[in-house]
Amino acid sequence: MNMIEAINDALDTMMGHDPDVVVFGEDVGYFGGVFRASANLQKKYGKSRVFDTPINECGIIGAAVGMAAYGLRPVPEIQFADYIYPGLDQLISEAARLRYRSAGEFTAPITVRSPFGGGIFGGQTHSQSPEALFTHVSGLKTVIPATPHDAKGLLIAAIEDNDPVIFLEPKRIYNGPFDGYYDRPSKTWKNHEGGQVPEGYYSIPLGKARTVREGAAMTVLAYGTMVHVAESVLAEKGVDAEILDLRTLWPLDIEAVEKSVEKTGKCLVIHEATRTSGFGAELVSLVQERCFYHLEAPIERVTGFDTPYPHSLEWAYFPGPVRIGEAVDRLLKD
Amino acid sequence: MADDTAPIRAMHGAPAASARGNLPPLELHVPEPHSRPGEKPDYSWLEIPEAGSLARPDEACPASETWAGTLGMVRVLDEDNRAVGPWDPALDPETLRRMLRTMALTRAFDDRMYRGQRQGKTSFYMKSTGEEAISVAGAFALAADDMVFPSYRQQGILIARGYPLEEMINQIYSNRGDRLKGRQLPIMYSARDYGFFTISGNLATQFPQAVGWAMASAIKGDTRIATSFVGEGSSAEGDFHAAMTFAAVYNAPVVLNVVNNQWAISSYSGFAGAERTTFAARAAGYGVAGLRVDGNDTLAVYAAMRWAANRARANGGPTLIEYFTYRAEGHSTSDDPSAYRSAQEREEWPLGDPIMRLANHLIALGEWSEEQQSEMDREVAEEVRTATKQAERNGVLGHGFHHPFHTMFEDVFEELPWNLEEQAAQAIREREIKWPERVGQKHSGDKPRTSAQGSTESANEDGRGEGQ
Repeated sequence: MNMIEAINDALDTMMGHDPDVVVFGEDVGYFGGVFRASANLQKKYGKSRVFDTPINECGIIGAAVGMAAYGLRPVPEIQFADYIYPGLDQLISEAARLRYRSAGEFTAPITVRSPFGGGIFGGQTHSQSPEALFTHVSGLKTVIPATPHDAKGLLIAAIEDNDPVIFLEPKRIYNGPFDGYYDRPSKTWKNHEGGQVPEGYYSIPLGKARTVREGAAMTVLAYGTMVHVAESVLAEKGVDAEILDLRTLWPLDIEAVEKSVEKTGKCLVIHEATRTSGFGAELVSLVQERCFYHLEAPIERVTGFDTPYPHSLEWAYFPGPVRIGEAVDRLLKD
Repeated sequence: MADDTAPIRAMHGAPAASARGNLPPLELHVPEPHSRPGEKPDYSWLEIPEAGSLARPDEACPASETWAGTLGMVRVLDEDNRAVGPWDPALDPETLRRMLRTMALTRAFDDRMYRGQRQGKTSFYMKSTGEEAISVAGAFALAADDMVFPSYRQQGILIARGYPLEEMINQIYSNRGDRLKGRQLPIMYSARDYGFFTISGNLATQFPQAVGWAMASAIKGDTRIATSFVGEGSSAEGDFHAAMTFAAVYNAPVVLNVVNNQWAISSYSGFAGAERTTFAARAAGYGVAGLRVDGNDTLAVYAAMRWAANRARANGGPTLIEYFTYRAEGHSTSDDPSAYRSAQEREEWPLGDPIMRLANHLIALGEWSEEQQSEMDREVAEEVRTATKQAERNGVLGHGFHHPFHTMFEDVFEELPWNLEEQAAQAIREREIKWPERVGQKHSGDKPRTSAQGSTESANEDGRGEGQ
């Protein structure tokens, strides 16, 4: 099963499970979403539970807040994460803060799904990685799956969660894992362990990282597409690295991070988002604060550049094997 | 010294004037109110249609039948304090007296809380003086369980629904009885059990939320409708447009209200577009029913809200109502209206005072007297005084009892994550350094609780002056 099918399966599972789950967004109804994540759901659950919306992210998220106040569990889709900005006030000032400002009288169990990240020639309006914005906001949970298996289990947990969750889907790996070499033939999820998706209901707890592979030479902290790129680069270089897929950026599985860095003594943080004030800065600070006496080398950080995502130079921007390889070499030199 | 950068600035800066001398220069219009401090107020621009002159369309009519009326005005009380015309809701005197009393109570509450702020018992207050009819008559026209997404000047709705004054004052004082744990600015109430959504300081955000709530009610086949209020100033926000679009698209059972009180802090209504058309007329562009109402005419407000609520409840769709009124006091206790508007504006406001107009109507009916009015004013002032005394036993802002400060970390998430646990421990350690006189005292419940465990019990460990 690919990641889109897994997400569709999760939505189907939860809609069948809980009559209060509603799915809506631009093009998600009859057509099933531009990436087909909600395909066939309107047919199965009816137009009042799966429907198209006006092109208005403020309205989509604002209406979701009102629906949640009524008692529903809205799962709105923002077609691309780059378009979440018109809805940010509703997300940051309203959804994230309802529980706090009403001392628990009102809550916003909303799951905002949105494809994000580059690698599909989306240009500067279809490729951004805005996750750091959300981790900076008190009251939001930020979830990013790296495999179809995790996408289903994490999305189910997100919908069941009583806090607002931003569920960012790395669209470069919707159809298959990606090793960072844009000129190699695409792979599919079919022959990948992460593409094995159990039928029916299962959930993966938010706030728990996944150890992609164990190792002793260094700890690699990554999420989404970069988990697979890191895995490929380190395997090719023959480095015995421990790779953690964070899965939930916030709440962060700090125990798993500490345990791994204390074991390996070295840490490499990788993300696709722009560098300055990116989530990597938070990870580096946490590791420095909590694991300093275990560190044997300065923490390394590999990221996108501090520019918008350029359409024609996308592969120059992408933090791929060269940039990661150099950071790995620096870490191993010390 | 020669300015070598001049040509570059000329290239990159704004050009000073068009080179085409045969065309008139374009002009920017910046709105200016009709009068400023020291000037005599000018209301000659204001056309007030005669009471009873506007037709009352059927509640089930197509939205377009209401559009002509969005330039007119629903008015019921005439010059002689009689109820006239097709919008007369024909309410019984007992209901009219209850509305009058609720409006008087709201005004008495505002007056007392305003003084409380001036006495330093809280940081901030916002009166609704002159606008009491909008919230109170609106609340009377709705069902008690219809959901309200209010803005910050609808305290009359809570009072009309019987929400305890003491709870409101606890919130205003942010004391240990405040069910919002002292987190919100005064007047930003939340009362789920009274169908009153938590107030946001970000304006107009509640408009699309009300539409979403109404959509949810329709999705679940419920019979309750939603309503929301914005000021005319914040009707300029994108959220207004989002709400109107969603309401129209889904035919949501919602009543969207614009309180046009002429002033958004110091910006007059022209900055929200009032010079071009009425706020009610915006309904037409969305295909939504629209009504413009004399907001100081309690009977007209009731009739309009009732019309729109009935329409929504019968799946007739949303209505946009503009209440034409005047903000008789400052925007808030932090505002000085004499710095930007004519001092006589208030007295000369042609639509009068809502409480006096309703009282005079009841007197004209032979159902009320000036003596009864004076007696009622004494009673409501006493009611507020009693509630204030009760609330003050829970403390006032900065000088009394408040929630234990570890409650600051609760309700960010349902469960307390590790970072907040660590930060709460830090805050509790800091207390011993900042307030050493309290070291050794018993601090009950220092460990923050998760929301699921509940934590609304009042503090019993807070000393006076802490946090100052």
